[in-house]
Amino acid sequence: MKKLLIDGVPGHGWLMLAVTTALLLAAPLFVNDYLITVLILIFYFAYAGQAWNIMMGFAGQLSLGHALYVGLGAYAAAGLYVHFGVGPWIGMGAAIIISGVVAVILGYLAFRFGVGGVYFAILTIAFAEFARIGFDHIKFLGASSGLFLPVKQYVSNDLWSLRGKPVMFYYLMLVLMLVALGICRMLLRSRLGYYWRAIREDEQAAQSLGIDVFRCKMYAVVISAAMTSVAGVFFAFYYNNLFPEQVFHISRSIEIILGPIIGGIGTLVGPIVGAFVLTIFSEGMTELLEVFKLTSPGAKQVFYGIALLVVILLMPHGIWPPIARALGLAEKSGEGKPTDEKP
Amino acid sequence: MPLETYINVIIGGVLTGLVYGLMALGLSIIFGVVRIVNFAHGEMMTIAMYVAVVAFSQFHLDPLLMMVPIAAALFALGYVMQAGLINPFINRPEHSQFILLVAVALIMVNLLLIIFGPDAQSVQTSYSLDSYEIAGVIIDATKAYTGAAAVVLSAALFAFFQMSRTGQSIRACADNYTGALVVGLNVKHLYALTFGIGAACVGAAGSMLVLLIDVTPALGPGYTLLAFIIVITGGLGSMPGALLGGVLIGVTEAMAGLLFTPSAKSMFSFALLVIVLLFRPQGILGKATR
Repeated sequence: MKKLLIDGVPGHGWLMLAVTTALLLAAPLFVNDYLITVLILIFYFAYAGQAWNIMMGFAGQLSLGHALYVGLGAYAAAGLYVHFGVGPWIGMGAAIIISGVVAVILGYLAFRFGVGGVYFAILTIAFAEFARIGFDHIKFLGASSGLFLPVKQYVSNDLWSLRGKPVMFYYLMLVLMLVALGICRMLLRSRLGYYWRAIREDEQAAQSLGIDVFRCKMYAVVISAAMTSVAGVFFAFYYNNLFPEQVFHISRSIEIILGPIIGGIGTLVGPIVGAFVLTIFSEGMTELLEVFKLTSPGAKQVFYGIALLVVILLMPHGIWPPIARALGLAEKSGEGKPTDEKP
Repeated sequence: MPLETYINVIIGGVLTGLVYGLMALGLSIIFGVVRIVNFAHGEMMTIAMYVAVVAFSQFHLDPLLMMVPIAAALFALGYVMQAGLINPFINRPEHSQFILLVAVALIMVNLLLIIFGPDAQSVQTSYSLDSYEIAGVIIDATKAYTGAAAVVLSAALFAFFQMSRTGQSIRACADNYTGALVVGLNVKHLYALTFGIGAACVGAAGSMLVLLIDVTPALGPGYTLLAFIIVITGGLGSMPGALLGGVLIGVTEAMAGLLFTPSAKSMFSFALLVIVLLFRPQGILGKATR
């Protein structure tokens, strides 16, 4: 385990990681509340993007419905808390199990029957949309009028039931993001990680070498789903309200995958870099448009779309790989290699 | 419920489904030839719907007449999109193409939102409340007109792809990209034409649909998905399949609205999609490739 996690990172890579972590750990001491909420959002997208990246970046299975697992995780934990007083950490177990089972069903249906490529992507959308409309009609979970967690003014932070100030969530999400980075690195360097990349590059070739393609793809879907549902738990307890129309909506799925794609698909740091760039850009855009009095709804989204267009036209492999090469981090870790070329 | 109710609802579903089918035909043609999943399909249709709404409210032009100019305008939009934006992405991986079209869709939805605002708009024609009664079955006049128009347009397209030289060249590109290049076809131009034709289908379908439903800027993504479901259900690359898929989804939605609750109707479409993907992944009329 130690070998997988630690070996092969160059010394200045550790230094950069340590400095960044130290800066982020100290940040709440000197930044204002607004920036804290922005950083929480960044960590959330970075974490969810890392989870999605396992499926797409490592194993090559394009999911466009990851909001499904966020939503299932959020509703599982929030439902248990609201109705039965079960704490979120136990609820997290339920969230992981439920989304894991759903992922097994989806993966089994798709991979057993050879549903791949675009069809698989659309199947993931279909599952998420099915859940969105389904949850709209579950009275027990508030249906379309929403599920609300009790809120009050907090003086202290209750870590056990996740009731507290934003700073608590700040540190939780930061830890979550860093843990995910470690998990992803171990997965990528494990035997399974090599199998995944073989499948991503050429599924038939991988199969002919004796790799159990079905099993490996199932692992990717389930691990990715389980990790994403944990993000959902924190989502529920941070925002304290859940609406099927919002949580399961396809735009949530798209938000999750933009970070890794902008940052660099299949890389370890790409999803994190992408989350930083996108969220800061988006927040900065809001401020900028207010300065220029362009407050009509939709103006921000239009610029967002144009920015996406520019990035995807000019930097098809994402922002991180060229940076990794420039920093000399690409040699051993393979972070600078474009991995998504079509043969 | 009396039997007539069911028959009325089913016929209404079939007629609406034909319009859905025409819309999905556009997606099917684009994917079948260019191999690009047009994630901005529903958004392009929303644009067509707003053009029809404006033409009606400002100049009192009937959407059924406006169908032809709107289809032509969407053809131009589609041609330019393919030639300018999408052609460089032909050999890019799927997720790259996906982001490209999602960005285009995002821009379209929000430009519409800025221009027209979030409120629903509709077209009330002089015949919008007319209906025909044939042997005790009531058929909505608007739905009958739009359904018939959808069938005529689909037949014309079918003839175009079977008989005209351009149509045959486009099919050649779909069958064998390299082969088409070798025999000297201008593949990029043909791709742009194909995307234009697909967009024209959406344009025509949009100006019909504006007679059947209210339009809001947020309508786009839902109809993009609907088009996917129809195309996959019917069979990708099969033109009759798209129409059949449209009719199936139209009837499913209508029946779900009648027997359960209208707000849950698209759940049944998704269920249908899942069933088809599992038992006949190539679609009902699609050809097996594996």
